[in-house]
Amino acid sequence: MNRYERAWLFFAVLMVVAFLGIIAYFNFAAGLKPPQEAEVIDPLTLSTDERFSSPRVVEVVPGEEYEVYMVARMWSYYPREIEVPAGAKVRFYLASPDVQHGFHVVGTNVQANVIPGYVTVIDTSFARAGEYLIVCNEYCGKGHHFMKARLIVTEGER
Amino acid sequence: MSRENRLIIAGFLVSYAALAAGALFGMLQVIERIPGVKLVSSELYYRALTAHGVLLALVFTTFFIMSLATYVVTRELGLRETYSTRLNILSYALVGAGTLMAAVPILAGKANVLYTFYPPMKASPLFYIGATVLVIGTWLFGANLLLTVRKWRRGRNASVKLPLGVFGVVCTLIIWYIATLGVAAEMLLQLIPWSLGLVDRIDPLLARNLFWYFGHPLVYFWLLPAYIVWYTVLPRLLGVRIFSDFLARVVFVLFILFSTPVGYHHQFMDPGIKAAWKYLHTVTTFAVFLPSLITAFTVAATMEMAAKRRGGRGLFGWVAALPWRDPAFSAIALAMILFAFGGAGGAVNAGNNLNYVVHNTAWVPGHLHLTVGSAVALTFMGVSYLLLPVLTRRPLRSRRLALAQVWLWGAGMLLFSGSMHVLGVLGSPRRTYDVTFGGHPATQDWTPLLAAAGAGGVLLFLSVLLFLYVVARTLTAPAELEAQAEPEVQVPAVPPGMVDNLKLFTAIALMLVLVAYTLPTLEILSMGSPGAPPVPMD
Ligand code: HEM
Ligand SMILES: [Cu+2]
Ligand SMILES: [Cu+2]
Repeated sequence: MNRYERAWLFFAVLMVVAFLGIIAYFNFAAGLKPPQEAEVIDPLTLSTDERFSSPRVVEVVPGEEYEVYMVARMWSYYPREIEVPAGAKVRFYLASPDVQHGFHVVGTNVQANVIPGYVTVIDTSFARAGEYLIVCNEYCGKGHHFMKARLIVTEGER
Repeated sequence: MSRENRLIIAGFLVSYAALAAGALFGMLQVIERIPGVKLVSSELYYRALTAHGVLLALVFTTFFIMSLATYVVTRELGLRETYSTRLNILSYALVGAGTLMAAVPILAGKANVLYTFYPPMKASPLFYIGATVLVIGTWLFGANLLLTVRKWRRGRNASVKLPLGVFGVVCTLIIWYIATLGVAAEMLLQLIPWSLGLVDRIDPLLARNLFWYFGHPLVYFWLLPAYIVWYTVLPRLLGVRIFSDFLARVVFVLFILFSTPVGYHHQFMDPGIKAAWKYLHTVTTFAVFLPSLITAFTVAATMEMAAKRRGGRGLFGWVAALPWRDPAFSAIALAMILFAFGGAGGAVNAGNNLNYVVHNTAWVPGHLHLTVGSAVALTFMGVSYLLLPVLTRRPLRSRRLALAQVWLWGAGMLLFSGSMHVLGVLGSPRRTYDVTFGGHPATQDWTPLLAAAGAGGVLLFLSVLLFLYVVARTLTAPAELEAQAEPEVQVPAVPPGMVDNLKLFTAIALMLVLVAYTLPTLEILSMGSPGAPPVPMD
C-alpha cells in the first residue's frame, strides 16, 4: 500500500472513531438520548384514554417538573398552545389517532416522530424564555402545512 | 446493432423520460414553496411530490442502472450478449409494467403517500402491487447477470479474477438482493393484504422498520454504479490505470458488509427502538462512511496521476491539467465534488445528536440532491455523453452544449442545495406545501432562502432540458462514426484473492444484518401494538 494511502486510511479511521466517541458521550453520558420509550396504545380509543381525552400540561412539581400530554392529529395539535417555565424538566407524551406525524420545536433540538399505535416520550427542558413554533414535519395529508402549535416558555420564577 | 444493445438504449431512454417528468415536478415544487406563490392546490403538490420521488429515486435510477450494468458486464467480459437476452427483455418488461401500474394511481391522485408510503396512509392497492412487480423484475434482471458471470466462469475463466467493473456489478446485485427482502416483506406481509382489506390494521412502526431496512441499502444500489464508473470509466477516459485495484475491491466488499445494518439512522426519532440499538446502527453507519473516504483518495490519486502525465504540476496546480473541456469528464468530476459535500452532510445526519436538529427538515432534501441527485444523476448524465456515441455511432451534439449543461447543474445545485441546508438548520420542514405557518415570526428568515432555492431549482430544470436536447440531437443525427473497434478485453489473468470471495462476505453481511435487526424487531413485535386502521390518501 502506498505511503499516502496508508496515512489517509489512518486519518479516516481515526476520524470515524472520534465521531463515534463524541456521539456515545452525548448519548449515554450527557443525557442527549434519542426518544426510545414507548407504550402501545389503541389509536381508536385515544378519546377514552384518561390522559389523551383531555390533553394538557400537568404541573408535577411547580416550576420544576412538567408533563405535557398532546394529541397530534390531521391537522392540528391538542392543546394548540402550551406553557412551561424556563429551566423546568418537561416530559412530552404524544399520540396520534390517525396517521404518522412529526413534532419539532423550531429552533431547538426537540423533535420526534409520532406513530399511531404508540406513545412517543420526549424528555427535555427549555433554557431560554420565549415563544416557539411547533411544526409537524412528517407529511400527514393535504392539510399537513396547517399543522402547528405554540410553545410559550415563561421566565422561571427563581 | 445487437438486440441487447437496443435494450440498453431503450433502458436509457426510459430513464431520461423519468428524469424529464421528475424534473418538471421538481421545478413546480421549488417554485410553489416560495412564500406568496400559489400555483396548485396542496393535494396536487403532494401528488407531484410522490411522482417526483418515485420517478427519480426509483424509475430513473433503476432503468439506468439496469442498462449500465448490462453494458459493463457484456463489455468487460468480452461477450456479445448476456446469458439470456430473452430473460433480460422480460425483466425490463416487468420493471416497466410495475412502473406503469404504480404510475396510474399516482397520477390519478389515488396514491398521495410519497415515495416512502408510510402506513397507515393508504394508497390504491395497485400502487403497492406495481412496486412489487418492479422489484420482482429487478430480481430476474440480477439473476440473468449472475448467470452470465457464472457461465463465463464455467468457460476458460474458472480461476481468474473478475474484472473490476463486473466485480462491482456483482456486489451491487448482492446488496440489492439483501435489501429488497425488507421491502418485499413489507409489501407481501403488511401493505398488500391490508390495502386490499384482508386485514384491518397495520403496525406502522414495524413497517418503518422494514422500509428502512430496505431504504438505506437502496442508496448504495444507486451509488455503487456511479462508483463503478468512477473506478473503471474515469481512468480509461483519462488514459491511466486505477490507482489501486485492490482497494477498489475492498471498497465494494465494505459496502456489502455495512450497507444494510444501518437503517435506524433514519429512525433516530422513532419511539419503541432503544437508544442502544440506535447507537449500534450509528456505528455501522460510520463504518460505511469508510469506503467512501477510501474512494475519495483513490479517485483523487488517479486523477492526479493522469494530470501529472499530461504535464500538470504543483501541489494543487495539476487540477488545471485535467480535461475540463470534455463534458463527460466534467460531469463525473463535478459529481464527485458535490458528493464530497454530500458525505460531510451525511455525517451530520448520522450523528444522532445532530440529527435531532435536522431530521425531516429541508436539510434532508438538500442532502439527497447532492448524493442521489448529483453524485448519481450527474455521473449518469456524464456516462450518457460517453456511451450514446459508442452505442449508436453518432457523435455527441454538441460537446459545447453538454459542457454548459454540466456547469449549469453545478450552479443550480449550489444555490438549491445550499439554501435547503441552511433552511433545515433553521428548522424549516421538508415535504411541506407552504412553510409560512400563518406568517409566524420564526419563519421570516426562511423567505429569502426559499427564493434562492427556487432560483436554483429553475437552473436545475434548465440543465435537464439542455441534457435532453443534447441527447435528442445526438440520437437524431445520421450515424457517421466508424463502428468502434471492440475495445480489446483484457481480463487480468490474476487468480482471485481473499477479497474476491464474495460468498464469504455475503454470509458475513447476513450475519451482521441478523445482529443489527433480530432483537429490536422482536422487541417491536413483543410490544404488541394493536396497529392502525387505514387512512385513504386520495
Ligand atoms: C430539476 C431538478 C430538481 C428539482 C428542482 C428538485 C426539487 C425538489 C424539491 C424542492 C424537493 C423537496 C420537496 C419537499 O420536501 O416538499 C425534492 C425532493 C426530492 N427529490 Fe428532487 N429535484 C430535482 C431533481 C432530483 C433528482 C435528479 C433526484 C434523484 C435522482 C431527485 C430526488 C428527490 C427525492 C428522492 C426527493 C424526496 C421526495 C420526498 O420527500 O418524498 N430530485 N426535489
Ligand atoms: Cu404533518
Ligand atoms: Cu440512510
